[in-house]
Amino acid sequence: MTDLTRRFMLKATGAVGASMLSAGSGAAAATAQGLDSSSGAARAARNAAPTTYVFLNREEAAFIERAVARLIPADAKWPGALEAGVPNYIDKQLAGAWGAGERLYRSGPWRPGTPTQGYQLPFTPAELFHTALAAIDKDLASAGTPFSRMSSEQQDAYLRRLETGEKDLGGVPSDVFFDHLWQCTLEGFFSDPVYGGNRDMTAWRMVGFPGAYASYYELVDQHGIKIDRAPTSLAEDAHGHVLMRPGIPAKSP
Amino acid sequence: MAKRLKPVDVVTIGVGLTGSMMALELARTGLKVVGIERGAPRFTVPNFQSPAIHDELRFSIRKAMMQDNVKEAVTFRNASDQTALPIRRWESFLPGTGLGGSFVHWNGQSFRFQKADFIYKTHIEQRYGKKILDPELTIQDWGVTYDELEPHFDRFEYLLGTSGKAGNIKGTIQPGGNPFEAPRARDYPTPPQKEPYFGALFRKGTESLGYHPYPQPSSNLSQPYTNPEGLALQQCVFCGFCERYACEHFAKASPQTVILPVLMKNPNFELRTNCQVLRINLDSTGKRATGVTYADAAGAEFEQPADLVLITAFPLNNVRMLLLSRIGKPYDPTSGEGVVGRNYSYQTTGGATVFLDESVNVNPFMASGANGTMIDDFGGDNFDHGPLGFIGGQYVGAIMTGGRPIEFHPTPPGTPRWGLGWKEAVARHYNHTVLVQQHGTSTASRLNYLSLDPTYKDAWGLPLLRMTFDFPENDIRMSQYMADKVVEIGRAMGGKAIIRGGTKRPYTTTVYQSTHNCGGAVMGEDPKTSVVNRYLQCWDVPNVFSVGASAFPQNGTYNYTVTIGALTYWALEAIKSKYLKAPGPLVQA
Repeated sequence: MTDLTRRFMLKATGAVGASMLSAGSGAAAATAQGLDSSSGAARAARNAAPTTYVFLNREEAAFIERAVARLIPADAKWPGALEAGVPNYIDKQLAGAWGAGERLYRSGPWRPGTPTQGYQLPFTPAELFHTALAAIDKDLASAGTPFSRMSSEQQDAYLRRLETGEKDLGGVPSDVFFDHLWQCTLEGFFSDPVYGGNRDMTAWRMVGFPGAYASYYELVDQHGIKIDRAPTSLAEDAHGHVLMRPGIPAKSP
Repeated sequence: MAKRLKPVDVVTIGVGLTGSMMALELARTGLKVVGIERGAPRFTVPNFQSPAIHDELRFSIRKAMMQDNVKEAVTFRNASDQTALPIRRWESFLPGTGLGGSFVHWNGQSFRFQKADFIYKTHIEQRYGKKILDPELTIQDWGVTYDELEPHFDRFEYLLGTSGKAGNIKGTIQPGGNPFEAPRARDYPTPPQKEPYFGALFRKGTESLGYHPYPQPSSNLSQPYTNPEGLALQQCVFCGFCERYACEHFAKASPQTVILPVLMKNPNFELRTNCQVLRINLDSTGKRATGVTYADAAGAEFEQPADLVLITAFPLNNVRMLLLSRIGKPYDPTSGEGVVGRNYSYQTTGGATVFLDESVNVNPFMASGANGTMIDDFGGDNFDHGPLGFIGGQYVGAIMTGGRPIEFHPTPPGTPRWGLGWKEAVARHYNHTVLVQQHGTSTASRLNYLSLDPTYKDAWGLPLLRMTFDFPENDIRMSQYMADKVVEIGRAMGGKAIIRGGTKRPYTTTVYQSTHNCGGAVMGEDPKTSVVNRYLQCWDVPNVFSVGASAFPQNGTYNYTVTIGALTYWALEAIKSKYLKAPGPLVQA
């Protein structure tokens, strides 16, 4: 994280509050999540920079953080979506071109269509998330318990209800919202860290994907060989730091 | 009011594979050729360079190289009694755009069609009788034979430098190649790529079942090669970022690597990019094209007069151009009359996911777009369909193209869709899983066609193309039969759990399947059932040729790029040796 971002965050601390701490404020967070302090998950939690949200408001961010933590949870061996920075990824995507509807045919008339005709709603992703999250907030408020104070089992049960489409979230069928959230979580977990997720390339380390760039001509016919080297990001500088620059091609130093 | 430009001899609508081939050959004869490409100019250097090109989110997921749905989409419905709605984001098929077109970001899979494919109706009826055909099927002969195309297949493969092992040279079966392939005059220009581990596992499994595995023919080259144009290609390094990406290494055949550097130097050729052709203009008789009207990047409209108009866009866009320009009679599925839009077909694909023992390191990220090992024992009509009750077939292969994790994170049956159980399964199985692909024929049906949409428009205010399509029942039966064969192969490979493939109805646009859209402007010998003659010349407007897979009366087993290339050289020969000497219909109807 650059100095500029850190200064901005220190100023904004009062407004951002609890959601900052949950993204990882060192050993306390690691222990609170029940992580073995020597594990990759704990290391990621310790090193994790708090997220500066530019799109999601405080309530939306709180729900997203708790939800992705259930969709891909941390375990003793590997960080989950929260530690990997997936909320940051989602925030930056929603704030950017994709969130605003790039590559989305946006003319009406609007008809529900058959499942084979795909997405037929007028919402851009940014509109879809704002609308659905506001409806979820209202739904949880009327039920009494905020999502962040539910037990893991209760959170999973709520997510499953969204997944089946039983709720209408201000015009967004809840299964459509869930599918968007799950797809964003997958992308934020597995995409190149240049987009703000997959912190420390943790998801790539977990599966053994070597990353953005390599030549395998000498290795492809060494059948069954175990590849152990650390993964590389397309935006990695000479010191191994990955700089977040979505949409801007990386340059070698 | 469109500004009228000085006339030229030839206009190509689109500068992708077929456009650049046509432009080079005709510019060389001394003709003034203008290539009008709606997308941006782009070249290996600086546009396709590492590391930025290896960005799965940008290119695979956000589809950065594809046609922009904001400007121009396609509407879709499964059947005529439904209302077609816009495909608001591409998933099932991905039309390309930009200089070089889809030939920039293809996988390099390089097959020739079979002899029987070109005389499909005659062949099927002779072998099985008409009774094997479901009543809605409208399969046709092409009007050209494999033997007529063979020298053009050869020429195209040597243009690309395709890497492979011949299976049949002049009728003699060659060990190590595909014994079912159509005969060729000589071997491939370069030897096959190295066999990756998943290919070796497939080879062993299929040999144990008595099949005939062979290396997939690939235009991601196995070694450095200089093509007949004097252009040098390099060796593919199995980086695992092939389909949907451009190749930074000069190892994948594309217009940029095999034609454009020569074409761009030819003084008779002029490239205009970021120009959208709106229509082909016809004279008052409606039987002669006078040129095209297009809008440039700033929206200004121009009329480009030309003697010869070549429609060389993506196949769907070829058909749309004919419909927008009122060339040929549009197909009416109710009466069965008309030809433009008729016989739209696709590709029947799918495959099994084979989970292996955790001691087997598959390393799927070490892959090329067209590597691996496959069998053609069930391709096309290579096996007896008599007792089976369907026509057509599929190739089967372990031909993975990478291990990019947003797209590839397989989990065995019974795994939850998300949560800790999902995550553990992903970590456990990622590097020990092989996808075994089944890929094959798409039979033409009178129910499947292309037309203009009555409601939705593109950014220039013109009607979008409307696609009415579902997989014919014949193809479902074929695919389900094959799915069982694939499971058997997966077990022979050592699969401990297998997710069975096979295609089901209805066809959905929400999941990627193939970008091999065909037909709608089919070739043939009878103007009542074809839009173009055997030289791809429009029956109705002889100075317009429609070049590409839009000419296929139905789709064969294989990826179709090489067959398109052969057809393009075939049409070019007729244009150069006959048409230019005596412009007019090359075939009497």
